[in-house]
Amino acid sequence: MLQVNNLEAVYNDIILVLRGISLDVPDGSIIAFLGSNGAGKSTTLTAISGLLDYEDGEIMKGTIEFDGHAIHKMDPQEIVRLGITQVPEGRRVFGELTVDENIRVGAHTRRDGKAEVEQDYNMVLGYFPVLRDRLKLQAGFCSGGEQQMMVIGRALMARPSLMMLDEPSLGLAPILMSEIFEIIKRINREEKVSILLVEQNALMALAVSEYGYIMENGRIVLDGPSKKLMENEDVKEFYLGIKEGEERKSFAEVKHYKRRKRWLS
Amino acid sequence: MGFQILIQLIITGLAWGSIYACIALGFVLIFKSTDIFNFAQPELMMFGAYIAFTLITTLKLPFVLGFFCALILMVLIGSLLEMMVVRPMIGEPVLAVIMVTLGLANVLRGLTGLFWGYEELQFPSPFPEEPLIIFGAAINQAEIYTILATAILLVIFFLFFKYSGAGISMRATAEDTRTAFLMGINVKGVFTASWAIASLVATIAGVFLASFTFLEPIMGHVGLKALPAIILGGLDSVHGAIIGGLIIGVTENLAGFYLEDYLGSGINEITAYVIVLIVMMIRPYGLFGTKEIERV
Repeated sequence: MLQVNNLEAVYNDIILVLRGISLDVPDGSIIAFLGSNGAGKSTTLTAISGLLDYEDGEIMKGTIEFDGHAIHKMDPQEIVRLGITQVPEGRRVFGELTVDENIRVGAHTRRDGKAEVEQDYNMVLGYFPVLRDRLKLQAGFCSGGEQQMMVIGRALMARPSLMMLDEPSLGLAPILMSEIFEIIKRINREEKVSILLVEQNALMALAVSEYGYIMENGRIVLDGPSKKLMENEDVKEFYLGIKEGEERKSFAEVKHYKRRKRWLS
Repeated sequence: MGFQILIQLIITGLAWGSIYACIALGFVLIFKSTDIFNFAQPELMMFGAYIAFTLITTLKLPFVLGFFCALILMVLIGSLLEMMVVRPMIGEPVLAVIMVTLGLANVLRGLTGLFWGYEELQFPSPFPEEPLIIFGAAINQAEIYTILATAILLVIFFLFFKYSGAGISMRATAEDTRTAFLMGINVKGVFTASWAIASLVATIAGVFLASFTFLEPIMGHVGLKALPAIILGGLDSVHGAIIGGLIIGVTENLAGFYLEDYLGSGINEITAYVIVLIVMMIRPYGLFGTKEIERV
């Protein structure tokens, strides 16, 4: 459904942030997209959403295709209308709007009538019943977990076929994190929404996804079925913090410089 | 007697305050959604008033019809200005954009002078001349209409921003442009709409101001009084701009009357700025301005 082919992007005409990325999100799947800070994951999402232009960035090479449309030259609102929504990093609720308004803003591009929108609104509240008691509250005053639920709900309101989540676990308590991931899985299954999941929490992301990509320095360095990735030595050591022979790695013993990551050679 | 004067002063103050509030509202709407301080706002007001004047006196339209036509024309002009003058500047440094609006102000003023001349023109006031007697105080009817019209306008705006989908999208864009893009909101459209609405309120302010006083190309200088109103209310607060405008209008009138004997005439000219100074010392972000609500 979504195909990114050999995408190269620069910021300020000079800083090459994406050095030829290709990834593929099949229909109805959950794809994990991992990588350390500054690897270019968020830039990839920005490019897919068509926002690179507004951040002084530019796609130099490559294509992005979605359901047969070449979307890399489209306006952001057209891309949303085609069915791609993004849940941005750091939640980005509209703090001055109420929870209710925040969720409804997501339906901005919908043209299929009030009843349908209302139905989806109830669907969102069905997934996140906590929000029911908060509807009239200013979104800025809600807790981090509630805000995360709100933005996922907001993205669902556009009735997407592909939802891109940028670090939904950021700053959440572990228990909330697993709750959110549970809901993401349910949304994928029940609403037939494909999901591209950008995460720092590799363990969680690989556990829910079918396939994973690992990105470093603007390149995809490794990809494969999530189960396989979890067994990969490097992934274990650098992303999951597990080393052969030890139960769990102590941070005191981390010696990053000792061994080059195999995939860099 | 003192009581009647007080009522008179307050009502006059509210009427002037409404005008300041309308100008301030234009500033705030544009600033909030596009982060540009539009120095041409008072000139939009002046231009709108001139257009209404031409429609009513030259084309002999009835006042209400002429007024509405002027509003529609100004909405178009405002949108066009945004598309032609401001949009090419997106992404440029803020200062450059602000200089462009300053230039726009001068161009508008120059054009007005060119077309209509620099002399003062008498605006055909539609309001009855004879004063209305309330509690024994004689009130100029034009002032009452100004207050009423502004009040109605503000209620409409409140409802629009609170309940309509377009209004909510505009507020969302004002708060976070990037996320608004991600929601599929047509951000460029919102920018144009904010200029259109700002031109609309400017025209309303201009027509009422002109019917109080007269038309001249430099009438935009009243806009200088809207600045303290904005700063008082907080640069990013719509209701702050309105309340700020009313406060400035009323205190200016009261001070002008009661303090004149002690502090000399002309005290009303500086009252606004004195109030702003005091408020700034206590609340640097204005009475209703936001210190960002942040949650991480």
